Amino acid sequence: MNFDYTEEQQMVRDSIARFIQDDYDWDTRRAIVDSDEGMSRENWQTFAELGWLSIPFSEADGGFGGNIVDMSVVMEEMGKGLVVEPFFPTVVLFGGVVARAGDEAQRAEVLESLIGGETLGAFAYVERQSRFAINDCKTTATANGDCYTLNGEKVVVFNGENADKLVVLARTSGGQFDEEGLSLFLVDANAEGVSKVCYPMMDAQRVANITFDNVQLGAGSLLGAEGGAASVVNEVVNEALIALASEAVGIMGTLNAKTLEYTKTREQFGVAIGSFQALQHRMVDTMMAYEQAKSLLFKALCEYKIDPASAEATIHALKVLIDRNGKLIYGEAIQMHGGMGITDELDIGHYAKRLMMINATLGDGTFHRSKFIESTYAAA
Amino acid sequence: MDIALSAEDLAFRDEVRNFLDTEFDADMQAHLKGRGSKGMVEWQQKLYAKGWVAPNWPVEHGGTGWSATQKYIWESERSLRGIPDVVPFGLVMVANVIMAFGTDEQKAYFLPRILKSEDWWCQGYSEPGSGSDLASLKTKAERDGDDYIINGAKIWTTYAQHADWIFCLVRTDNSGKKQEGITFILVDMKSEGIKVNPIIGIDNEHNLNEVEFNNVRVPAKNVVGEVGKGWTVAKALLAHERTGIAGVADIKRNVRLLQEAAAAEVNGGERLLDDAGFQQRLADIEVELMALEFTELRTLAAMAAGGFPGPESSLLKIKGTELQQATQELRMEIAAYYQGVLSTDMDPEVLGHEFGSDARRAFMYGRAATIYGGSNEVQKNIISKYVLGLE
Repeated sequence: MNFDYTEEQQMVRDSIARFIQDDYDWDTRRAIVDSDEGMSRENWQTFAELGWLSIPFSEADGGFGGNIVDMSVVMEEMGKGLVVEPFFPTVVLFGGVVARAGDEAQRAEVLESLIGGETLGAFAYVERQSRFAINDCKTTATANGDCYTLNGEKVVVFNGENADKLVVLARTSGGQFDEEGLSLFLVDANAEGVSKVCYPMMDAQRVANITFDNVQLGAGSLLGAEGGAASVVNEVVNEALIALASEAVGIMGTLNAKTLEYTKTREQFGVAIGSFQALQHRMVDTMMAYEQAKSLLFKALCEYKIDPASAEATIHALKVLIDRNGKLIYGEAIQMHGGMGITDELDIGHYAKRLMMINATLGDGTFHRSKFIESTYAAA
Repeated sequence: MDIALSAEDLAFRDEVRNFLDTEFDADMQAHLKGRGSKGMVEWQQKLYAKGWVAPNWPVEHGGTGWSATQKYIWESERSLRGIPDVVPFGLVMVANVIMAFGTDEQKAYFLPRILKSEDWWCQGYSEPGSGSDLASLKTKAERDGDDYIINGAKIWTTYAQHADWIFCLVRTDNSGKKQEGITFILVDMKSEGIKVNPIIGIDNEHNLNEVEFNNVRVPAKNVVGEVGKGWTVAKALLAHERTGIAGVADIKRNVRLLQEAAAAEVNGGERLLDDAGFQQRLADIEVELMALEFTELRTLAAMAAGGFPGPESSLLKIKGTELQQATQELRMEIAAYYQGVLSTDMDPEVLGHEFGSDARRAFMYGRAATIYGGSNEVQKNIISKYVLGLE
């Protein structure tokens, strides 16, 4: 039994931490968020040069060949610095689908330029009505020989504003809620018939609602087997949930550290507010909430490393705990900072909003609690 | 022990319903949705014309003379229609202080103007260094002939950008205990030397401000109550503020709206409202709310019998704000991905969602509720000290 990070993982962690400390201070980040694209292309190139974009991809695909723990390290550090560049949507979601479902030619076409920092991607899987049920898919792709015609709409597509290429989940057969009959397609974001409405989210992500109006997809657009997308999507979602939990743990630790520091320095009634027992006990609660979340993340990482399928129940549990403990931690962070906590100026609220969006991504606590109950008690 | 409505109460309820349905028409709703201060002033002036703008004022000053039951009916009918309560700074807060501690001249000048919503008021209590420890405030007022000269800064001042007047706690004496030497004074916002600096909130809106005072000259006759006794005045006012922010009737309406929204939301073919986990969370809120409604009614009844809201009002503030936040959180959850939408003016047809951005704004601004009006931690100190006698 060993819960240590490898030397290599420690190096990646240090390199991201150094980048954030040297090149990603709060004012710099704010300027990036307020810029036209809401991200820095220069930073993205740096991520490519430092190899971060290559981490989950196999060496055969030109990647680093990293495992889930490597990915977790990156996401946790990005969480600490509240990095807005679209690592999660491009590398974890979009890259995750292509790496799993793409054939050699497709992987060569997409992953090399992704790893090189030239291509930004997005995974379009949410629809107006679908909420967290990914199978609830009305977007259709109609076959015509090797080609397809794509029609429908995807909403809240992360990185939808800046993505060059999209992976789109569409129905090639079956009813609206069926797991069977879902297929994945590689779509150029500028293809004819693709239009989008872009808008920013509270966590500074640039998202888009993307409409597909008789978009003609040529041969080589279908990723994986027609109708068989569900299992690939499930794998990507599970890995993405671990990635988000890792980011959340990074944020939770940062919020706790900043809040602890504040309670030690903010004076009221002639003493530091951290000297009040009522607050001390609450700080202990948030510390325990963080440690518990980290422990469950470690369990998920260990299980996933052995066999991703064996980690499913733990991943549901992890999302439940991240949701619950995240709310406690950001709630206390804001409350303990008092008036300052409710300003846009202070970073606390921004960390809180990212945690809130993590909770709302790929199923919230209520959703995953039901999934956990189904997967754990249904068989008993 | 009886909550049955009398025939008189029922007739009153009909009158209220009739009035609100007629006056809170589409025009007025549109005005208020624009959320400018002007819309609110127009609505308050309609209430004034009917004589209903100040349910809690004594009749002699233009109040309604309603019984506790009538106030309850009014609150229920108002909130049921999604009509916001009056802006409290003038009509609730400073008015109560002026009525209890003001001179005849102050009453004669300010109360009618407040009643007619001619002046917009804001509250100058907190300072950058004085939050929970309000009595440590440092904004200084020095006597100069018939005037005071004020120097310092107030912070978290809601709507200072709209305000005509600010009521302030200032330090007139430094020699004794920190609670002594505080004075309650009314300041014209047009006075020379006042500067309002906007603060953008966690909800991305501008409601909060910092108000700077640089040699601001204020007539000594604007002091309310005795010089140096502002702390007593402030405490009385805070009790009023606390009962106001329980907001039970509004939370009740929000719970109904949550039910409707969750019924319209579908997860893989199943309504969110049918999800056992969601049902339990909603039910937990509702159970606590049912109790809080009667806690508030007990306080209202006691006040109607001549009581002044005391430390018990802290209970209403704590439980009310906790429940407000719980309903706001659940609304975010119903909105799922859309809870993060920042833009407040996107066409719902284009966006694909009705209330995500509203839910976000309410939730984020709602974080302030457990901080302002004396943070909930301070309320617990008040209860433990003054109700339970724990020192």
